Amino acid sequence: MEIVLVGLNHRTAPVEVREKVSFTAEQARRAAEELRARGILEETLVLSTCNRSEVYGVPPEFSHECAPGLSTFLSEFHSVRADVLSVSLYHHYDHEAVRHLFRVAAGLDSMLLGEAEILGQVREAYRFAHEHGATGPVLNRLFQGALEVGKRVRTETELGTRPMSVASAGVKLAERIFGKLHERKALVLGAGTVSEQVVSQLRDRGIAQLYVMNRSRDRAEELAKRFEGKVVGWGEWDSALQSPDVVVSSVSVEEPLLRREILERAMAARGNRALFLMDLGVPRNIAPDAAELYNVYVYHSDDLSEIVQQNRSARESEIPKAQGIVDEHVAKFLSWQASVDLVGLVDALRVKMREERASFIRARMESMKHLTETERAHVEKLMDEMLEKLLLEPAERLRGEKELRRKIQNVEALRDLFLSYREKP
Amino acid sequence: MNHLFPILSVLAYLLSFVLYVRFLSTGNKLTGRLGTVLLGLGLIAHYFALLERSRGSHTVPYHDLYGSMSLFGWLLALTYLGLELYHRQRSVGAFVLPFILVFFLAAHLAPADRLSPPAVRGVIFALHVTLSILAYAAFALSFVLSLIFLGEERLLRRHRVGDVVWRLPPLELLAQMSQSSVLVGLVSIAAGTALGFVWVDRLSSQYSFYDPKYVITLVVLALYALYFRLARTTGWRGARASKLCVFNFMIVVLSFTVVNLYFSHSHRYF
Repeated sequence: MEIVLVGLNHRTAPVEVREKVSFTAEQARRAAEELRARGILEETLVLSTCNRSEVYGVPPEFSHECAPGLSTFLSEFHSVRADVLSVSLYHHYDHEAVRHLFRVAAGLDSMLLGEAEILGQVREAYRFAHEHGATGPVLNRLFQGALEVGKRVRTETELGTRPMSVASAGVKLAERIFGKLHERKALVLGAGTVSEQVVSQLRDRGIAQLYVMNRSRDRAEELAKRFEGKVVGWGEWDSALQSPDVVVSSVSVEEPLLRREILERAMAARGNRALFLMDLGVPRNIAPDAAELYNVYVYHSDDLSEIVQQNRSARESEIPKAQGIVDEHVAKFLSWQASVDLVGLVDALRVKMREERASFIRARMESMKHLTETERAHVEKLMDEMLEKLLLEPAERLRGEKELRRKIQNVEALRDLFLSYREKP
Repeated sequence: MNHLFPILSVLAYLLSFVLYVRFLSTGNKLTGRLGTVLLGLGLIAHYFALLERSRGSHTVPYHDLYGSMSLFGWLLALTYLGLELYHRQRSVGAFVLPFILVFFLAAHLAPADRLSPPAVRGVIFALHVTLSILAYAAFALSFVLSLIFLGEERLLRRHRVGDVVWRLPPLELLAQMSQSSVLVGLVSIAAGTALGFVWVDRLSSQYSFYDPKYVITLVVLALYALYFRLARTTGWRGARASKLCVFNFMIVVLSFTVVNLYFSHSHRYF
């Protein structure tokens, strides 16, 4: 029982290669079927996200030659030249493959350290493969372990709790003031890329209503349509600032767009309900003295960048704790794997010894013709008892003693010692 | 006197405090949940400690200053636990537990007064006292929550977004929690005061209606009602309302100390 992993990710392959080797759900199902049909893998799971494409599998008979076969398959499947693909692919076996997957599920291998989406993607890939019968006992156990690692890392460490982009930092700060944004409204000034990023974050966090204001009404309508928002006329501050709780501004202007007196008027009309202003424009879109107003919170992109930097350091300091959880689960999985392997080895030994006993008796009994049938049967029974006694105790100890399984690191060496290669289970 | 329950209470509260602090510093959810469980266990042990003390001295818990303080600590813990479960927010536990511990320790470590059993005053009187102490505990909780609000608001306005800010409750939730707590306090103090008047009315031949405690209690009631109104619907919402809440609690402390000790005829310990 061995595990093989072949894949590429954001560190080993440029986006042009990654997009060629990515799998849709249907392709993942077809790849698993073909790999089984060709006898390359018995169990298969394809994990494909925008940053990685990985194939996890259990080959029918262990061989390190399986990985090149998988690489060739990937090259053919996606019609990518083998030499282009080979420089980007990595191969991992057994405990290295296990460790890699657990690190992926923990968010330690992500482009954005500790990002939360990957755990959902691992869960979805496993669910899909399991539903289509592509996984078996080994990959089931492996991926259940990976999901447990991901869950523990997210509940026991702070690896994924802090925002890591200016847009998400701004949205999370708004949540520090208002709590969940489900019943909140937001106004976005400007319809450029930066605004779009923030709008996307706000939508992800469940903002109830979105208003878009832009000099070009067409662009405003386009953005509003994409995110199910409403367009507000340019410069209609008194009505525009009355209902939103969050204002995001990213407009190219020479003078601040939101002056203190505009906001003062708006706050009076709002009954001083808290207002969170995210100023992502350069030069600044919001007058600096507006921050002095009661219940007005103003954050400029520099403030948010500083927070992101602090968060990055905080996340990095959580790596050892997350790595500890990964190590713990790798050891747990390897112990389970060793127990299955060792019990299989003992069973194979039992079969082999019975065969040896049968041929041994056949050869020796020829020279012991003076024995009666009853005596011969008795001798055979005694030999059986001796073999069982020899194998029973180690088998029971292997089942019961975790520490013993941990000590026996190399099951393959034991197989080579007691069984010839062709007899491996 | 058996010290088992007081020791168990203090151990549970201490451990709960440590776990809440750890939850605040690490964000580990399991630690936070354990903090809540320990607080619940502390409440149970504290209840039996109060019961045992009352039985031992053949008196009600609020018959002396220490008993009143211990009961205050217990009701504070109970109100906080209710609020934590209602709002599903345990980040403020680390700030509330020290108050509970201080009241508990002050009550139980000090030597007990040798008191004669009080005259039997009936259920109405018992409810009057318990509800009044519950109200003060709820006001104390809203005071702590308002202080946290003011601290967090200051940090957010100054862009000092460190570890603690990410783990504290959002400002609006803190304000809601404070308002919930004040609502509990308002209902309790209104009911408690009304029951007090009923009790006095029945014994008008023995007690005087004129007690400065009545005046200050009505002032406290009016101030918290004002806070409740201002914090929810007007331009005072936010930091100004929280400052008013802190001020109101100063009046409560004044009522507890100066008024009780120097002016009141019949409200020595509550």
